[in-house]
Amino acid sequence: MSAPTAGHYTATGLDSRKIAIWAFIGSECMLFVSLISTYLIYKGRSLVGPYPHEAWTSPSGQHFNPILNIPVTSFSTFVLLMSSLAMVLALAAVQNKELPKRTFGERVLGSSKLWLWMTALLGTTFLACQAYEFTSFVHEGLTIRTNLFGSSFFTLTGFHGAHVTAGVIWLLTLLAIDYRRGLGPKDELNVDIAALYWHFVDVVWIAIFTLVYLIK
Amino acid sequence: MDNHTAHSDSAPHDVAHAEAAFHPGWPTYWKVALILTLITIAEVWGYYIPSFVASRAFVPALLVMSAVKFAIVVAFYMHLKYDHKLFRALFTGPLFIAASTLLALLFLFGQLVARFGPAK
Repeated sequence: MSAPTAGHYTATGLDSRKIAIWAFIGSECMLFVSLISTYLIYKGRSLVGPYPHEAWTSPSGQHFNPILNIPVTSFSTFVLLMSSLAMVLALAAVQNKELPKRTFGERVLGSSKLWLWMTALLGTTFLACQAYEFTSFVHEGLTIRTNLFGSSFFTLTGFHGAHVTAGVIWLLTLLAIDYRRGLGPKDELNVDIAALYWHFVDVVWIAIFTLVYLIK
Repeated sequence: MDNHTAHSDSAPHDVAHAEAAFHPGWPTYWKVALILTLITIAEVWGYYIPSFVASRAFVPALLVMSAVKFAIVVAFYMHLKYDHKLFRALFTGPLFIAASTLLALLFLFGQLVARFGPAK
């Protein structure tokens, strides 16, 4: 019986698992663009506040500040970008596992466990920022049922958060394999597929950050 | 040697050859991370400059910066720049369809006409 990661013949000469992940990412593009479209179509059409970028006073006289917290979201965007850097370093460490490591720098860059931990930790930090943001929005009076902005915003960012959560779980399973038997060059494709998913989650956030948070 | 045998013999080599796409290393990765960070800082900085936000350049500038970040991550971190053209097609094809649908929906629901359409 061949090893799970052994190459097998396909008409394209490419591994079918990698074709599958790219096809999956292509379909995910459509999913997220549909959610972003919904957000943009509903943008500015909420009848009641709170609003993302403008203050609002309710008929009862209650004042609401603009609800989006740009400093926190900027920090979480930076965290997710750095998690992508950690992920490519994890993949490089797995690819170069069998190369000799003489210097301290080579040992650090060659530690797949370190970079997988770092990626998972940064992903979890992003999720913590999102949980803080959602909680503060609810405390400030914006829920998924408040207005069109709340419905489309929570749906879009909630779906993205669920994808990040799935990515963190995937990373933790890779870490468990790494601790159990060690990840090596034969596992390159498995780590590559996880990395592609993680980077996709990152590029989706790049679009969301600009379209939802920065453009008024 | 029949075709089936030929496939069987060459299969591992074909797969190995196709999978051995070039992946840039640490010297490229840290530069990419630095560029992504600088663009993000520029985006957020621009958000806090009222005169820039009020200008007509604000939205296009943010969209361009976001597109550059998107393209850099896809090209270097997802190594699509160095990968097989089939993967590029599998990603850019649906992305093109999705982006076209987004633009069509924005026109259909009046979100773009309101900004760029002829004055009433």
